Amino acid sequence: MSDYNFAYLDEQTKRMIRRAILKALAIPGYQVPFASREMPMPYGWGTGGVQLTAACLVPDDRLKVIDQGADDTTNAVSIRAFFQRTAGVAVTTATTQATVIQTRHRIPETPLTDGQILIYQVPIPEPLRFLEPRETETRRMHALEEYGLMHVKLYEDIARHGQIATSYAYPVKVEGRYVMDPSPIPKFDNPKLSDNPAIQLFGAGREQRIYALPPWTQVVSLDFDDHPFVASKADHACDLCGARDSYLDEVVTDDVGSRMFVCSDTDHCTTRRDAGHTGRLAEVAA
Amino acid sequence: MYVAVKGGERAIANAHAWLAEERRGDPAEPLLSVAQIREQMALAVNRVMAEGSLYDPDLAALAIRQARGDLIEAVFLIRAYRTTLPRLGSSVPVDTGAMAVDRRVSATFKDLPGGQVLGPTFDYTHRLLDFAEAAAMDPAPLGTPGPARVPHVTAILDRDGLIEPVAPDDTPAPDLTREPLELPASRALRLQALARGDEGFLLSLAYSTQRGYGRTHAFVGELRIGRVPVEMEIPELGFAIQIGEIELSECETVNQFKGSRTEPAQFTRGYGLVLGQSERKAIAVSLVDRALRWQELGEDDSGAPAQDAEFVLSHCDNIQATGFLEHIKLPHYVDFQAELELVRRLRQEANEAAS
Repeated sequence: MSDYNFAYLDEQTKRMIRRAILKALAIPGYQVPFASREMPMPYGWGTGGVQLTAACLVPDDRLKVIDQGADDTTNAVSIRAFFQRTAGVAVTTATTQATVIQTRHRIPETPLTDGQILIYQVPIPEPLRFLEPRETETRRMHALEEYGLMHVKLYEDIARHGQIATSYAYPVKVEGRYVMDPSPIPKFDNPKLSDNPAIQLFGAGREQRIYALPPWTQVVSLDFDDHPFVASKADHACDLCGARDSYLDEVVTDDVGSRMFVCSDTDHCTTRRDAGHTGRLAEVAA
Repeated sequence: MYVAVKGGERAIANAHAWLAEERRGDPAEPLLSVAQIREQMALAVNRVMAEGSLYDPDLAALAIRQARGDLIEAVFLIRAYRTTLPRLGSSVPVDTGAMAVDRRVSATFKDLPGGQVLGPTFDYTHRLLDFAEAAAMDPAPLGTPGPARVPHVTAILDRDGLIEPVAPDDTPAPDLTREPLELPASRALRLQALARGDEGFLLSLAYSTQRGYGRTHAFVGELRIGRVPVEMEIPELGFAIQIGEIELSECETVNQFKGSRTEPAQFTRGYGLVLGQSERKAIAVSLVDRALRWQELGEDDSGAPAQDAEFVLSHCDNIQATGFLEHIKLPHYVDFQAELELVRRLRQEANEAAS
């Protein structure tokens, strides 16, 4: 790929993206418009995250890419291969070994550390979008800190369902100022957003927005005093590694209703199994 | 029993190999050359250049072959290539008045300086499948008259004050491929977005204005297609030199205007300019452009989609649209799992409450 610059994007474009990243880090939770480029993968497939990764990577980085928590889902494989080809950086599946992690829909179970960058792919960056379709309006609402509509929506959920019926992309408030969409991570992951030692960057390519959480930023999931936020997950243990505290995928194993539950974070599950932990079906699966 | 979702890498490689085989089709048939596509599928090439925002017929033809004839996929290939090119500067505004026209028609005047030139149009063909074409007979060679320079129809109306004047504007053109689209967008930026917008989307929007959703009573004042020189100022030289020539389709509509309190009645303008021979799109752009100008012209917002700049500009790009539409086939296990848990819990609580 000698026809392309290191990590695909030209240096001018990277500089433009880095400026947007710095602005985003300076105003946590604020959506910074940026001149998103067409990437060689489709919009909606992680072009925002890919541009952030391209702008952050240096030759001695070690990159991990996950989709739905897994390193081996097809789009994660494809994005990892893209950076191996265009940047020649080392790659890893181990959360602890990675310097840059690009993710879709999950935060790794293994706590992140100082110096790591977690890059989220974001489809719709605007948390107010489904309440107000107009960008001109929602930008004004953020500017005026006018979040009443969001609370009304959450209240209506409680009135209708007895609880807040949002299970992923659960809105958060950053440092008491901006309401932010954490990308479609399950709300189980929301607590990991807050006070995280890693830099968290969010990129929405099609919508041309970058936003960020600097290390140790306070992030609070929206709720009410009498209906506090609960980070929920399937009420099972992982059938492979026995973990009770990790987010689980449900796998349909036959056509008569059998299910098994496995860690969505494949690195977490593998690491635990290597350390000797076993779940209900560990032997059958092996 | 549990089949791990491993092997993504091999699956992708296999899919690519199969795609390559399907792309080639029956190897007993000769491979299409890029030149064949460029010469014989010229309107497809034009559409890919227009929506890809890159004037290069050879690359567009290559993209069409690589995309198996899927034009949106071909536009995507061109966009992903274009985005890697450095932007060296901008040209001097092209002078469509100096266009060497192959086609130039006006629906507002029966005859006019420069005349009506039909050019290579489908307009008066009968849409009968030409079975002789299957035998690929070459048409008799034609002595085409040399293209001529002709004045703009709207200039004729302008001279009599019958159409709104347009003041020359030397503001550097915005570039939505280098700056994020911010709203409200200037007319120049809107026209830029429309020029690379999806032809089908713009066609339907323009059609909706004709059917009453933001009606503007458009006449095609003039439609012209031809080649114009592209010139660029070279700082070292201090003057502009011609760097190439491109084909353009330009449509100027003449629209009704009434209700101004301070000015006597004047027609208003809609404008569409598109790369290549794409007259359907040029007309559509000019209708949508005119509909989007309601505020500036003091018209009512009838709530029509074509009047809503944010709606039109946010949804006219087919590469953005197709990417986001098709991404829903990517895995969403994690989110679905969260929804599944929620629905189960809500059902359980409802059942407990009922019993």
